[in-house]
Amino acid sequence: MLFYERKGNALVARLSGELDHSAATRLRGELDALIDETGVTRLLLDVSALEFMDSSGIGLVIGRYKRMARRGGSVAVIGSNARIDRIFNMAGLYSLVERMS
Amino acid sequence: MNVEWINEMRLEFSSLAENEAFARLAVSGFLLPLDPTMEALADIRTAVSEAVTNAIVHAYPNGKGMVRVLGRYDRDGTVIIDVADDGKGIEDVQRARQPFFTTGGEERSGMGFTVMESFMDGVDVRSAPGQGTAVRLTKRLLSRDDSLPRRA
Ligand SMILES: Nc1ncnc2c1ncn2[C@@H]1O[C@H](COP(=O)(O)OP(=O)(O)OP(=O)(O)O)[C@@H](O)[C@H]1O
Ligand SMILES: [Mg+2]
Repeated sequence: MLFYERKGNALVARLSGELDHSAATRLRGELDALIDETGVTRLLLDVSALEFMDSSGIGLVIGRYKRMARRGGSVAVIGSNARIDRIFNMAGLYSLVERMS
Repeated sequence: MNVEWINEMRLEFSSLAENEAFARLAVSGFLLPLDPTMEALADIRTAVSEAVTNAIVHAYPNGKGMVRVLGRYDRDGTVIIDVADDGKGIEDVQRARQPFFTTGGEERSGMGFTVMESFMDGVDVRSAPGQGTAVRLTKRLLSRDDSLPRRA
């Protein structure tokens, strides 16, 4: 599930439920459509309401990072828990994407 | 190995993305009698999700096949989950297990095996090109109060 809110130049996307490959496929399309429609330069991914995430979450975030970077924009992850951080850190994700609490 | 399994289960389902959640739920339910910690259960759910997703995403590039999940545990809380497919197999397992190695394109990170290794005590991969892949995930659950193996 995805709730979103525009805040100036930023899009805040709140992900909930279980982020696996199946969900990531859906979310990717929704997020990319929103990024393109709004033309924002900053994407804030709020993961605090996620109940589950596997490596599909890495692919989703890196994919959005690349898309935003191509247009000179950036991505941040907000509200990650220890489990999510552990998975993101395995991939060195926070060297590309800011981690915000 | 001379182990007495006190519970076993077998699941077989189509290689559809919808079944990733089903597989996690089924394995979680199967392990409930062991009263695992939330942490241990989440570790196993994550590893199962990786292996099942791999079978769904990579094994059958030309269509749909079946994915099998075999679960069992013994009295001491050793849990083994086997995830198998009859798909295309992996040419070079050692290389496939390296962090960031992927044949899956932009949206896959190549971290699935690394995640499995990090969350489980053992990850054993058997694969032959054209014949399929079997991943064995092993975890020893510890009792809640100390670090001794638990007794069911
Ligand atoms: N069941 C399988 N059948 C065929 N190839 C597989 C299977 N499982 C894994 N592979 C191969 O091993 C590679 C690495 O798998 P791994 O799960 O580590 O990463 P990934 O699936 O590519 O990406 P991620 O899991 O991070 O989304 C895959 O890209 C694929 O080439
Ligand atoms: Mg994978």
